[in-house]
Amino acid sequence: MQRTRLYETHVAMGGRMVDFAGWELPVQYPTGPSVEHQAVRTAAGLFDIDHMGQFELTGPDADAYLQHIQVHDVDQMEPWDAHYSLLLYADGTIVDDIFLYRLPDRWFIAVNAGNRAKDFAWMQAHTTGFDVELTDVSEETYMMALQGPKAEMILQRLTDADLDAVATRTALRAEVAGVPALLGRTGYTGEDGFELYLPADDAVEVWKRILDAGKDDGLLPCGLAARDSLRFEACMPLYGHEIDATINPVEARLGWAVGWNTDFIGRDAAFKVKLEKSKRLLIGFEMVDKGVPREHYEIAGDGEIIGYVTTGMKSPTLGKFLGMGYVPRAYIKIGTPIDIMVRGKPRRAKVVKRPFYKPRYK
Amino acid sequence: MSDFKLDANAKYAKTHEWVRMEDGVAVVGISDAAQDMMSDVVFVELPEVGSQVSAGDQVAVVESVKAAEDVNAPVSGEIVEVNSDLEDEPEQVNTDPYGAWFFKVKPGGDLDAELAALMSPEEYDAFVDEEGH
Repeated sequence: MQRTRLYETHVAMGGRMVDFAGWELPVQYPTGPSVEHQAVRTAAGLFDIDHMGQFELTGPDADAYLQHIQVHDVDQMEPWDAHYSLLLYADGTIVDDIFLYRLPDRWFIAVNAGNRAKDFAWMQAHTTGFDVELTDVSEETYMMALQGPKAEMILQRLTDADLDAVATRTALRAEVAGVPALLGRTGYTGEDGFELYLPADDAVEVWKRILDAGKDDGLLPCGLAARDSLRFEACMPLYGHEIDATINPVEARLGWAVGWNTDFIGRDAAFKVKLEKSKRLLIGFEMVDKGVPREHYEIAGDGEIIGYVTTGMKSPTLGKFLGMGYVPRAYIKIGTPIDIMVRGKPRRAKVVKRPFYKPRYK
Repeated sequence: MSDFKLDANAKYAKTHEWVRMEDGVAVVGISDAAQDMMSDVVFVELPEVGSQVSAGDQVAVVESVKAAEDVNAPVSGEIVEVNSDLEDEPEQVNTDPYGAWFFKVKPGGDLDAELAALMSPEEYDAFVDEEGH
């Protein structure tokens, strides 16, 4: 099991350490996931996400190569732009979801922890014919996220850069607490905020300085449980749950992330699904009966098993029991009654609009 | 010694229920260690009043942000009352584990033997320590 440089810090702060994708990370602090979740929605939360992988891409063919291996139209990106994207297999299913940053002299790519080795091998294997250099910089790059409506105010106390001028989904280089960092106005919580990429050796110091800077504003360190409930309310997919190597972007309702007019691996297969209309689609649902929907529970419609739950929980912000799952197209209309098989018993639910929580970006 | 709170008047099951005899009725809830392991409780499913239960039967469910866990009857008998407040405020299980009772059982089996099979507060504390919680 791997440990981040903040391991001792988490333990000292009472973090409850669990295994996540081979990393020992805090699932929660003593405050508990509900309070941490609320802190991010109303003030700010700080997340250690160093388990995530980071790659750098350089070379004269970098743009052409990137256009070939991921779905977003990179010509639409100016220097310092950041964008969500996907890597697809030739059959249109999903290798991983990623975040792209176009820097003036290189591309910077953030990938999921559990997929880091797989992604790198897959991307490396597709460099043939392109003059590019792909480097895994995960070890020396530390990643943390400061999220919430007060994130800008708190971070501004530690940097001379004008954060107010940084638009959502753009990045800049700046010193934070005296440490050179790449700051993206990005995140995965449905709130405004920043993701910080900094030298791994400075991680402990920067973590402490940020927490100190926000201690009077309700900033809390947050664990994996809050990270999951936050992204869930905003209906952001998580690899291994809503998306994986059996799901294509149309089914996962990620068509918006795809530059259909570009040519990339998996494009034709995914486009075919788009044209033919996918048989199953990701829905959001709300429990009508009492019960907690959970991942892998079966979904029934008209007495038959028709699908499965990908994520479900009591939404901390909305107080409702909500879930996402895959069902056939005949069951996707808002208001459609479905049953969630909660510990073997059908519990009534209805299809509702996604996202459950509308992201509040700046 | 574990860091968890104990009710000195209760006995404890290995599945982390506590039972407290009050006026001849067994009052049942889950321990401080159990609620801490589960993290934030979001849902409680209670048994039907009037149902007959045997010691060890799964009769209620407690669900947290992490998982769904069974709550077993530590003693046999009839369910005579349930704490429906928990349906609206399941978080009471976290904030007041020894006040937030789930159900009451009017004993109908060999109560003395069933209670004797449970752990004292000291034994349960050592048990929790040993389990590494």
